[in-house]
Amino acid sequence: MKATPVSRTIEAQSHSSPIGTLPPPLLELRDLRYVYPDGTTALRGVSLRLAEGEKVAVVGLNGAGKSTLLLHLNGVLRSTSGAVLVEGAPVSNATVRRIRARVGMVFQDPDDQLFSPTVFEDVAFGPLHMGLAEAEIRSRVSRALEQVGMSGFERRMPHHLSPGQRKRVAIATVLAMDPVLLALDEPSAGLDPRARRSLIALLRALPQAMLVATHDLPMVAEAFPRVVVLSEGLVAYDGPSAALLADTALLEQYGLC
Amino acid sequence: MALTSSLDPYVDRDSPVHALDARVKLLLTLALVLALALIPAGRWSAMIAIAALLWWAVLRSAVGPGLILRRAFIAAPFALAALTLVVTRPGAPLLRLPLGPLTLTVTDAGLVAFASVILKTWLSVQAALLLMATSRFTEVLGALRSLGLPAVLVAMLGFAYRYLFVLVDEAERLLRARDSRAAALPGRRAGGPIAWRAGVLEGMVGTLFVRAYERSERIHAAMLSRSYTGEFRSFPPRSLTTSEQGLLIAGAALLAAIVWLAYWR
Repeated sequence: MKATPVSRTIEAQSHSSPIGTLPPPLLELRDLRYVYPDGTTALRGVSLRLAEGEKVAVVGLNGAGKSTLLLHLNGVLRSTSGAVLVEGAPVSNATVRRIRARVGMVFQDPDDQLFSPTVFEDVAFGPLHMGLAEAEIRSRVSRALEQVGMSGFERRMPHHLSPGQRKRVAIATVLAMDPVLLALDEPSAGLDPRARRSLIALLRALPQAMLVATHDLPMVAEAFPRVVVLSEGLVAYDGPSAALLADTALLEQYGLC
Repeated sequence: MALTSSLDPYVDRDSPVHALDARVKLLLTLALVLALALIPAGRWSAMIAIAALLWWAVLRSAVGPGLILRRAFIAAPFALAALTLVVTRPGAPLLRLPLGPLTLTVTDAGLVAFASVILKTWLSVQAALLLMATSRFTEVLGALRSLGLPAVLVAMLGFAYRYLFVLVDEAERLLRARDSRAAALPGRRAGGPIAWRAGVLEGMVGTLFVRAYERSERIHAAMLSRSYTGEFRSFPPRSLTTSEQGLLIAGAALLAAIVWLAYWR
């Protein structure tokens, strides 16, 4: 494991109050349970903490509850019991709009994420609906597109982009909202090796904390120092990726290889 | 790919018509269609005057008159609905067509009315094609929005445009999957009766609908995740320059004058 970056501890300190109490974690899940309206139990009590800038992968079989978990982070789904806290504030009707600006959700299929006729309009959608001024929106859009290496594609139709480009634009749409946490659902799925490689480089370069649901273990090894294994709606493992990936018996037990 | 995208190669060209604000083009197009509709049947000189205005714009548009004239025939089947005018409009009989117990009488007034409808339709579609070939779809949407079309309707048009292509792709994949399994063994009759085939197609249409429905739910979640709360927002439009306003007024006045002359000649 490539050690905790020093900058994170400095950042954490700079956020602490003058009295010296510890700041709340960036994200905290407390005994999260979720039952779908049809009676299927998806999450059976998930507890998790994320620090600022921490990149965490969530792995597990299909149906383990990865996507359901992600949808709780910005209140698209509300837990049946338990709590989701973002920067210390529980997700509720009163806070959900503010939290959606803090947690950038990137859905698996870019065709769902990119719903506007042009790339510019799509990246501008978040800032526009956050109520920002036009000049600020335009500068955020060009900054976000530059961050993902898609400057110059503003007037293109999402449909005319390659899957890798669409994925990058999808990430830009949430970067423009200036989030502190990115929640990505299977970002490397469906990408060719080159597009996947440049996506991994992008994810490593972005400073935001990340919670990423994926089946791509080689990507986990490269970009995510910490991994959480979900199994039937419970956290089965939470620790360094290197340790999990080196343990064949454990991987087999979770059905990951 | 789908029909709407076939004008895409033209919207990036460089011409005075392309450079014109989409709101001006949209208003002038609507005014031209309205003027055509108001001209009484058989006033050929007025229709030709409007055609001349339109073709002058087409020639300056770098799109190519051939393309516009040819594509405009796409609406011809709809104009054929006016064919009944030929035999229903009272006037001097030109030709009698015995049709069993009925006799259809072709009248001169009927023919004139029919020819007028065809010409008007053809010219109106040309105007619409010129608008779409020289403006980006989103510019037209923006123009509709700034002219007062409700934001929800504009957004629906935007979604339709965005997901039309996605749906076409999905439908193509379904058709390919069906064709891949439409195999035949030598010496056996393959496939089923027409009703069975229709049933297969019905299932595919249903699948397409369910997929589109599920996608709409995911899109809604994606919109909520980006601060959407049920109200669509857009940038406030810039105001039209004096020369754009001048062009708009001049164009509208010219069209009004043609219509006026057609009535009071």
